Amino acid sequence: MWRVTLKGRGDFEAWQQPARAFLQAGTLPRDIDWVEEDGAAGDLFAGAPTLDLPQPSLQQTALTVPRTFVLLAEAVICHSDPSRFDLLYRLLWRLQMERTLLSIPSDADVARAFGLEKSVRRDSHKMKAFVRFKEIEGAAGQGERRRFLAWFEPDHHIVARTAPFFQRRFTDMDWIIATPKGSSAWDGKTLTLSTESAENPMLDDATDALWRTYFSNIFNPARLKVKAMQAEMPKKYWKNLPEAGLIPGLIAGAEASVAAMAARAASQPPLFHERLQTAAANAPSEVSTAVPGTLDAVREQARSCTRCPLHCRATQTVFGEGPETADVMFVGEQPGDQEDLAGRPFVGPAGKVFDAMLDEVGLDRGAAYVTNAVKHFKYEPRGKRRIHQKPNVGEVQHCKWWLKLELDLVRPKLVVALGATALSALTDSRQRFSDLRGTALPFGPDQTLLVTVHPSYLLRIPDEARKRAETAHFRDDLCHAATLLTRLPQTTTRSVGSRFIDS
Amino acid sequence: MKKSMNERLAILSDAAKYDASCASSGTTKRDSSRSGGLGSTEGMGICHAYAPDGRCISLLKILMTNFCIYDCAYCINRSSSNVERARFSVEEVVWLTLEFYRRNYIEGLFLSSGIIRSSDHTMEEMVRIARELRTTHNFRGYIHLKSIPEASPLLIEEAGLYADRLSINVELPTDAGITRLAPEKRPSGIRKSMGDLRLKIEAANDATLQTKRRKRFVPGGQSTQMIVGADDANDTVILGTSARLYGSYALRRVYYSAFSPIPDASKNLPLIKPPLMREHRLYQADWLYRFYGFDIKEITASQPGGMLDLALDPKLAWALANRARFPVDVNTAEREMLLRVPGLGTKAVNGIVSARRYRRLRLEDLARLKVSLKKVQSFVVAEGWSPHRLIDRTDLRAMFEPKPQQMALF
Repeated sequence: MWRVTLKGRGDFEAWQQPARAFLQAGTLPRDIDWVEEDGAAGDLFAGAPTLDLPQPSLQQTALTVPRTFVLLAEAVICHSDPSRFDLLYRLLWRLQMERTLLSIPSDADVARAFGLEKSVRRDSHKMKAFVRFKEIEGAAGQGERRRFLAWFEPDHHIVARTAPFFQRRFTDMDWIIATPKGSSAWDGKTLTLSTESAENPMLDDATDALWRTYFSNIFNPARLKVKAMQAEMPKKYWKNLPEAGLIPGLIAGAEASVAAMAARAASQPPLFHERLQTAAANAPSEVSTAVPGTLDAVREQARSCTRCPLHCRATQTVFGEGPETADVMFVGEQPGDQEDLAGRPFVGPAGKVFDAMLDEVGLDRGAAYVTNAVKHFKYEPRGKRRIHQKPNVGEVQHCKWWLKLELDLVRPKLVVALGATALSALTDSRQRFSDLRGTALPFGPDQTLLVTVHPSYLLRIPDEARKRAETAHFRDDLCHAATLLTRLPQTTTRSVGSRFIDS
Repeated sequence: MKKSMNERLAILSDAAKYDASCASSGTTKRDSSRSGGLGSTEGMGICHAYAPDGRCISLLKILMTNFCIYDCAYCINRSSSNVERARFSVEEVVWLTLEFYRRNYIEGLFLSSGIIRSSDHTMEEMVRIARELRTTHNFRGYIHLKSIPEASPLLIEEAGLYADRLSINVELPTDAGITRLAPEKRPSGIRKSMGDLRLKIEAANDATLQTKRRKRFVPGGQSTQMIVGADDANDTVILGTSARLYGSYALRRVYYSAFSPIPDASKNLPLIKPPLMREHRLYQADWLYRFYGFDIKEITASQPGGMLDLALDPKLAWALANRARFPVDVNTAEREMLLRVPGLGTKAVNGIVSARRYRRLRLEDLARLKVSLKKVQSFVVAEGWSPHRLIDRTDLRAMFEPKPQQMALF
């Protein structure tokens, strides 16, 4: 039977060294008695542990442990439970045979170790939260560093573990954190640590009064939840928190202050409210700068469209874009996720395909008018994304109002319907989409309609070969459009309206 | 006479307490060890105190001013309220933040404001506070700014350079509700603001070809808040709106705030106890949607009237309505199904999935994973345990319902 006495102030190496020696010697966990030196008898054994260690056996093998174990052990060592040394050695021992042990959180030893690690982590977290610095007066001259002191009472030996956090956070001031389990200090250059226990300096800080004011006013007496508070801020911490003294009073007075609030009837609004209301009533309502009857005026009106319920779910109306004198108008289905956010048509993934294709066939997007059959994005949310949903007949019908105005004002010579929804918005033709695709159809007076697929269709084809074929087909259609545009008469007489649109 | 600092702090923190958020997490890791300044953010947020309402205090949550030209019925600071008014100067907010931070009371600042003069004027002052803290005082702590509705995109863009998080409140779950209770606010303007911010955050996150470094812009993302119980929207409507907001604007959080009676309340509003349990259930449902693979429709389907069950948590309520899918074998079931078992959280599920590669799990193993056996045992099969038709019992619901309590006499 071996007996090892450790100081037990969170020093990992003090345990690691004997543990390594025992493991190399093949000493069974049950043959070691790990003892924590207690304050009184401390001096008797100081420095002794390394003296009575076993000699390593001859066939010495390299000892390896998973990195997770080291991290775990470093934390567990800081716990104040006297059985932690034994538990860690037992885990170390078992890990030699069961390499995956730490992946089994339901194992009794593993669960216990993770439990200890958790309470060390929690204690360290609470130290970060509940340390309260008090300024030490008189020391700060011009340009000198301000000095602060804090008193804290941790459950475990976490001062050394937690001190670097305070160094990173309070770099520009000098501070000391004193605790019964050791102290740490920072002067701008060095972080000093000690495991000696300190005394409570009993300091005051004038700013604590402001903090107490804040604490009592941010509290909402109508939502009293004392248990929830105490779960996170247990009473053991209260004695060192300047605000905690207020808690009993706040709890006791909560009911009365809610009742007082309810009893007070609503009073007459203050004078400035009346003034604001009158000013608002007399303020001229926002005047549109757009000339009535122009595309800009229509675009402005469409911004507040509520013809169908889609507007409540979408970010904004995505109106068509392009010169009012464009020869060609492209009509898509509806804006997508990106279009909805940006407020512009064809800027998302399908828009990129569309732009690239226009480029290839030598059409200038800047000279074309690009719009959608439906002006608001219809979707279903799926976690962090929005899944596009096809607009229904009713929504397309409601939105025709805007499409018709766009057609009337732009009066393009060629209209290109991208996809079946666009086609159904533009014509009442009962013919199948696939029968109409690619042929130039008569539309309004001096107007031609060309039907092709929507570019997003190309993005959805999984099979590469088919995708290539369909992309080529789409390019041919756009080529056709380009040719039609050059052949179309360059006359300026334009008829108003389009035959097909009114249903 | 000008009110003292202490008096104004009392007024302007009292005015800020109806905003639920106090989160200081989810931003980038940074500290002052190189700059020699003040402040750090290290991933996990820290709650520096708790008020007796059970809410965490991690930030100095104040208004710059509670004067406001808007008249939103649910708000303590609306122009028609007789609440006492006060105002902080830019320098005073900066001073308070730094002094509070140095004493380790807080993690940073959550600044909101009533609207004075115009949206742009108000936003400009708020941005000035953030800029002062970051550039003049070398402050690296957390800053959350509330965007003022209708403020210019340029100001929002500047705010994003200094703030860890920006938020704008949707306030109510439906457009109709906003129009009725907050006549000056435009729901579409709020959505547009959130959409713009998402695009800007995404653009900043796109590593450029030259540098691979990302621009620092609102690293803690955006969030919003909805008031629950001020209008008649039911839970299905509320959760549907949340789902749309998460999907549309990549929000980190939607906060639900049970409508709480305010002093000098508007006559249009219910002056009742805040529906705290309802708020709690909404948060649970929100979690199920975001982390447990549930669809909003599934969560709300079992209850009539589109409301969540107040007596049972929404996962348990779903399980009782879908008993055919239980019991679930913890040793073989898919992760997705384990997540649907009442009593198993994401951490326990991770533990089960990890451990069962090496061992057959028994109920005792689950207990060591800190799972409540009382809750879970009717729904799972484990080595040496099967719930013996427990799942078919007619009184299963009663087993989980809170015990009836005798009413207080007075």
